[in-house]
Amino acid sequence: MSALIQCEDVWKIYRVGDVEVQALRGLSVTIEQGEFVAIMGSSGSGKSTLMNILGCLDQPTRGLYRLNGMEVGNLKPDQLAGIRNQQIGFVFQNFNLIPRTSALENAQLPLFYRGLTLSEQRAQAAAALGRVGLQGREHHYPTQLSGGQQQRVAIARALVTSPSLLLADEPTGNLDTQSSQEIMKILETLNRDEGITIILVTHEMDVAAYAAREIVIKDGQVLSDRVTKARPASSTVGV
Amino acid sequence: MRAGLTMLGIVIGVGAVIAMVSIGEGAKRAVQAQIATMGTNVIVIFPGVTSASGVRGAQGSGMTLTVSDALDLKKRIPLLADTAWAKRDVMQIVYGNRNWNGTINGVSPSYLTIRDWSYTSGGPFTQTDLESAARVALIGQTVVENLFESGEEPVGAMIRIKNVPFRVIGVLAPKGQSAQGSDQDDVVFIPFSTAERKVFGTSFIGSVGAMFGSTEQVEDLPLAAEQIRDVLRARHRLQAEQSDDFTIRTQVDIGKVQEGASETLTMMLFAVASVSLLVGGIGIMNILLVSVTERTREIGVRMAVGAKRRHIMMQFLIEAVTLSLVGGALGIVLGIAGTKLTTLIAGWPTIISGNVIGIAFFFSLAVGLFFGLYPASKASRLNPIEALRYE
Repeated sequence: MSALIQCEDVWKIYRVGDVEVQALRGLSVTIEQGEFVAIMGSSGSGKSTLMNILGCLDQPTRGLYRLNGMEVGNLKPDQLAGIRNQQIGFVFQNFNLIPRTSALENAQLPLFYRGLTLSEQRAQAAAALGRVGLQGREHHYPTQLSGGQQQRVAIARALVTSPSLLLADEPTGNLDTQSSQEIMKILETLNRDEGITIILVTHEMDVAAYAAREIVIKDGQVLSDRVTKARPASSTVGV
Repeated sequence: MRAGLTMLGIVIGVGAVIAMVSIGEGAKRAVQAQIATMGTNVIVIFPGVTSASGVRGAQGSGMTLTVSDALDLKKRIPLLADTAWAKRDVMQIVYGNRNWNGTINGVSPSYLTIRDWSYTSGGPFTQTDLESAARVALIGQTVVENLFESGEEPVGAMIRIKNVPFRVIGVLAPKGQSAQGSDQDDVVFIPFSTAERKVFGTSFIGSVGAMFGSTEQVEDLPLAAEQIRDVLRARHRLQAEQSDDFTIRTQVDIGKVQEGASETLTMMLFAVASVSLLVGGIGIMNILLVSVTERTREIGVRMAVGAKRRHIMMQFLIEAVTLSLVGGALGIVLGIAGTKLTTLIAGWPTIISGNVIGIAFFFSLAVGLFFGLYPASKASRLNPIEALRYE
């Protein structure tokens, strides 16, 4: 069985004015279906660039990136949009909910772009909100929800398409400890019970501790890559 | 509030389009109605000007056209359905102890049919009246109002023109103003022969003030006018280098002059409307560019969850078209209100047609699409990473 994510000698080079920035320098990593990976690294290490490439928001300058066995390096913007819509869910640090739009409508958004009928969108979005414990708050607006609740709406939006990969970029960065724990427990449950592959970027050790594998990036390369929990971790987790 | 101000340009533009077309159509219809009072498919021929010792008289002052010209034209030009002739002078008309200075027209009976006169009471005089130089008269509404008490029946009454008694045999139905603005109802028609011999005291018997011809089809007018010119030049023995001693005008020519005036007005309103629509369109483009900038993050999120370029494009185009269509709808209301007000205050005739509303709707749609295209395309080309990071 081929890996979910396969990066081989990935380079990403930006040009800012006359200065050439090598954000990724020949990075290689393989992630299997069902893993829960934490990516760590100081700012400027290239981890954000890596997340953008893994999330198909960006493409490598050189090297190979296969998602589910499919080479994405040469795809056009609309094809990448299609892959993001079908296979990837994003959770951002600042939630990025659409303002003046209800929780339900926010969660519906990926399904709208998938072309589902309105009743299908509503049913699936309501189910996704249920999975993150937001039953009864479908018609609340982002401003009426706490930070933790907003992030849960964002997770519901990421989940609603049943993606094979969920990318969380510092999902707890803007939350208090209590909410952070709630969010991380939701992610942990999704990984354990539904087998969703989760890649998490974080600075915090206690957040990274939820993951089963820890990859440290430095200067655009993998500095260390170690398994912190034996798979399957499900039986031993008792947080 | 911001959207309202943005739409204002479109509102004014569309309002101006509606008012422009409604007033233009009304004016055109009014002119057509005036032209129609001339009769149908009429050609008018005036004699040339007199010239004595270098002093040139007014149009029609010449004596170059005669009754025999008119009769000959009818005989030689099959296109002409009929010809008529007339001569006029302003004279005092007396009835009882009242008097009125009106235009006395000595006309052939065919004149009455060519010019489409109808009667509120009585009827026209005949060929027999012409041949016998009968003292009978037809009088217009203005003359009736000035000589008779209201409710008094003029038909059968005896009036005197230059002390010659005439019996009124018909009252003409009103026609209103002519295309030139003169009162067409201030007239008295008497047989040409009677006028010539008993009233005007013409020195040159048989000369006419104007000749008239009519054709069956309006398309025949230019050719008929050309043939009249050839026949008259031959009859007057004019050499090739001599200019015409008469002037020919067809109903179509006269209509064109009048329509020219209303077209000028329409063009002016058209200019106002285009400028307003342009300004309105730029306003829409401006507010959309602001909106794209304000919502950069939202666009990034939408792209991240799988929005393709056309989705983003559609979103902003729909916004632009909504703004312009709402503006257009308000403009239609404003335009109709303005048009009604014009009719009410200035008394101008106006016609609001369904076409105009359709055109206005189409214009606002087009403006929205055209000026929304650039901001929408700009939004759809954003880089999702930069858009997500935008503060």
